[in-house]
Amino acid sequence: MTTVFNVEYAAKKIIEAFPDSVAVVVKVAVVVNSNSLYQVAEFLKDTSGFEFDYLNNLTAVDYIDYFEVVYNLNSLEHNHSLVLKTRCYDRNRPVVPSVISLWRAADYQEREIYDLMGITFEGHPNLKRLLLWEGFMGHPLRRDYL
Amino acid sequence: MEKGSPRVEIGKPKNINPDELNVAEAARIIQLKESSQQPLPDPDNWLDEELKRNVLVTTVDAMLGWSRRYSTWPVNFGLACCAFEMIASASSRFDLSRFGMDIFRASPRQADLMIVAGTLTWKMAPVLRRIYDQMAEPKWVLAMGACAISGGTFRESYSVVPGVNRIVPVDVYVPGCPPRPEGLVYGITMIHEKESKSSVAEIRGHDQRHS
Repeated sequence: MTTVFNVEYAAKKIIEAFPDSVAVVVKVAVVVNSNSLYQVAEFLKDTSGFEFDYLNNLTAVDYIDYFEVVYNLNSLEHNHSLVLKTRCYDRNRPVVPSVISLWRAADYQEREIYDLMGITFEGHPNLKRLLLWEGFMGHPLRRDYL
Repeated sequence: MEKGSPRVEIGKPKNINPDELNVAEAARIIQLKESSQQPLPDPDNWLDEELKRNVLVTTVDAMLGWSRRYSTWPVNFGLACCAFEMIASASSRFDLSRFGMDIFRASPRQADLMIVAGTLTWKMAPVLRRIYDQMAEPKWVLAMGACAISGGTFRESYSVVPGVNRIVPVDVYVPGCPPRPEGLVYGITMIHEKESKSSVAEIRGHDQRHS
């Protein structure tokens, strides 16, 4: 069965590799700054001992004060999992780096988040609406959408 | 049997001379031979009977309605969970073949009935309209389930069409979420009644707004 990777240990290793990258460590997840998200993701994917080679799920939450993008990472090698998060505070233009070059599974997930939440994924090759049609006004999963 | 009753011998004729029997047999044979000099005519009255049965007096409307009713081919249009009830209706337990409509066509050009089974989103709506337009006349539409009738629980949603009758004209509405196969079969029998009552002169499905 998949074991949950030790969050404290992961955060410690990430801080060793990239100082100032971790914003806060919550009970179940490591929250990193969005500008260092790509480096951290790459580190988690390629470093031996972590090897999170599988992106289970990629989603986003609107907490009104900020958006939180959630990455559920898995390792098929070690059969352990980790939750990585990042936050963007700019409501008008939330930007997160794309992880599509690390995990191809991020393609449709990032497009869906862009469609429904309006978060831009920088570096995505084909960032357009996935479920709704072109020309739809607004992003319906935002809390202020009516 | 009572005790002491006389014993009867069955099948044994009494006091008959075998010669008399032979004479009687010969007389019957001679009589039959004399009366059978001409062959009997082959029975051909069944030809007339069949002819009588083949001349039917009816109206063109009634005949076409009858033929349409018993060969209604539906087009595949499963959109959501209702599609599974539709599939179950076509399978052995509920067996739509009973009504001559076992062939779910993948091509709208060979279909007479569109069963809109499930939630229609605005993104799918042009596709639905296009498939409806591709179906040959005469054609019927059955809206299956709460979502197809009115949008259902998603009626207020930003992406769902509140009722497929905004897109295509609907003949029969089958309520339920999803409807049981019995309900769908009942709705289809109502479609059949409409078909048998339809007229050749009537142009169906002609929607001025779209075409």
